[in-house]
Amino acid sequence: MTDRLPGFSTLAVHAGAQPDPTTGARATPIYQTTSFVFNDADHAASLFGLQAFGNIYTRIGNPTNAVLEERVAALEGGTAALAVASGHAAQVVVLQQLLRPGDEFIAARKLYGGSINQFTHAFKSFGWNVMWGDPDDIGSFERAVTPHTKAIFIESISNPSGSVTDIEAISTVARKAGVPLIVDNTLATPYLIRPIDHGADIVVHSLTKFLAGHGNSLGGIIVDAGTFDWSKDNKYPVLSEPRPEYHGIRIQETFGNFAFAIACRVLGLRDLGPALSPFNAFMILTGIETLPLRMQKHCENARAIAEFLAGHAAVAAVNYAGLPGDKYNNLARKYAPKGAGALFTFSLKGGYDAGVNLVSNLKLFSHLANVGDTRSLVIHPASTTHSQLDDAQKTKAGAAPDMVRLSIGIEDKEDLIADLEQALTA
Amino acid sequence: MAAEPATWSLLSPACRAMVGKQISAMAIFLALDNLRMNHDAYPDNYIREILNTVKSIAMVGASPVNVRPSYFAFKYLAQRGYDMIPVNPGHVGKNLLGKPFVASLADIGRPVDMIDIFRNSNRIMPVVDEALKLMTLPKVIWMQLGARDDAAAAKAEAAGIKVVMNRCPKIEYGRLSSEISWMGVNSRTLSSKRAPMPTQGMRLSLNRTSVSGGETAASDRAAKNKNDLS
Repeated sequence: MTDRLPGFSTLAVHAGAQPDPTTGARATPIYQTTSFVFNDADHAASLFGLQAFGNIYTRIGNPTNAVLEERVAALEGGTAALAVASGHAAQVVVLQQLLRPGDEFIAARKLYGGSINQFTHAFKSFGWNVMWGDPDDIGSFERAVTPHTKAIFIESISNPSGSVTDIEAISTVARKAGVPLIVDNTLATPYLIRPIDHGADIVVHSLTKFLAGHGNSLGGIIVDAGTFDWSKDNKYPVLSEPRPEYHGIRIQETFGNFAFAIACRVLGLRDLGPALSPFNAFMILTGIETLPLRMQKHCENARAIAEFLAGHAAVAAVNYAGLPGDKYNNLARKYAPKGAGALFTFSLKGGYDAGVNLVSNLKLFSHLANVGDTRSLVIHPASTTHSQLDDAQKTKAGAAPDMVRLSIGIEDKEDLIADLEQALTA
Repeated sequence: MAAEPATWSLLSPACRAMVGKQISAMAIFLALDNLRMNHDAYPDNYIREILNTVKSIAMVGASPVNVRPSYFAFKYLAQRGYDMIPVNPGHVGKNLLGKPFVASLADIGRPVDMIDIFRNSNRIMPVVDEALKLMTLPKVIWMQLGARDDAAAAKAEAAGIKVVMNRCPKIEYGRLSSEISWMGVNSRTLSSKRAPMPTQGMRLSLNRTSVSGGETAASDRAAKNKNDLS
């Protein structure tokens, strides 16, 4: 006999949380404390030596954050997770465990612009060299593999284009190269896509977006799938070799299928320091409880608005993977059958000026640089985030002068359509 | 400690047979043969009952080196009140946390409830054979994370001994008490009940009420593939 497994919505509400043993509090308490008392000297030594489970200092772990970690691990089907201060922090902590100076990783060309910056410039100063692959050409990943390759990094649904990535095809390349596949699942959330089911070894998120969902709290998380053998070929000495700072413990041998999450915590988070505030963890946890409901509404609204725009005289093209005929519609049907997410771009016949006008004429859509809020958001990359580039560079970066990006919220879709209609014709 | 393969979400063939055919001859056979486990997916209650009923544990392959996984597990289980006996012929004459090492199971000189084997898969069978020669058989034979020998398991089960393979009792104790959740680990349990008050710091009770929670099927598949290849 095996145990009955609960569904996604039940996990979204319950995983990781239980009534507080001391007070009976049912909501997860905010443990707003820096540190935790030890029972005695041996208990302290056991905790510092990683022999015992428990709390030491909030930079390394906190009970509120732990509930968030277990919940996201459960939703993703991972063995463990580590919450950090932001999605960017998650990426630094993950790659710090995998790369030494001079090593390489391959990243999809289609990524959130902030990640492209981080990989190209900040990581270069650490000696971590990024090679680019084109998710529309799986062979480009294969060709980028060298003996120095230590990881492959992709987004499940990419920002800003909203295109869906063929995770299984790239996972095959990673397996063949003997390196882990890291998937940024921020825009899909585990409700739409569970990358671990398709071969991801590590999942990262900016929790700031749909998981938290209300545009009020920054956070990031790393989920360990428990699938990668870190000790094979001695390619990842951080996990396979004795750690001097822990008196010679070998992380994978000691922690088995959640070793990567532990390495990120006791080496990455401890030493780099991007800890998540317990208050933010509480806000994000509250958001996750309604994740399935919100994602259903986000996707339903996004599809209705994409259809509206596709039929509008002022619109040149709509790029939404949820629309039949879209270049990524087949991948969306395979990987995200419940919906293709709430982020997409469209282009205007009136070009750059029409884009600027649209943004300034909208009354419900907020003009800002975030996605995954309850509120609908709009940005015209060419006049904002990418304004320093010339037209050719803008187009290459997916920010053509006539391109507008929307992140659809959970308002009534009729109101969003009315707002777009008046702004397009104003 | 080392890696654990978590529960597989699929029903075992035995369970499917019972559900599908109700009282078929096969089901009666399986119901009578209730010690035959699906070693890919242990129900939480199977593990919980073992950890709740055994009192003495002989750890074969226990190490006195305080950064070894066996040392971690030995210390943790001793702190949870188990009567721990370190078995390792290489360390006879020494103590592990005050407990004298013995060279073999036969040298323990008294009955033990459980034998926890910290050995590679290909070195399990001799330990099981040795256990089956004891005057009083153990109730449980437990093979550590990464260790699995189905033939040895079948032999022990035929003698009425419960078997757990490829798991760590420290991790299982931490999981079922939810103590392991402090490390952000997917305990694969859910509970709406208040857990018993911790009596010593973070040591939560094994008697926490819970139902099955999330799964880690991808990790279990990877572990199985690795075991099948080796």
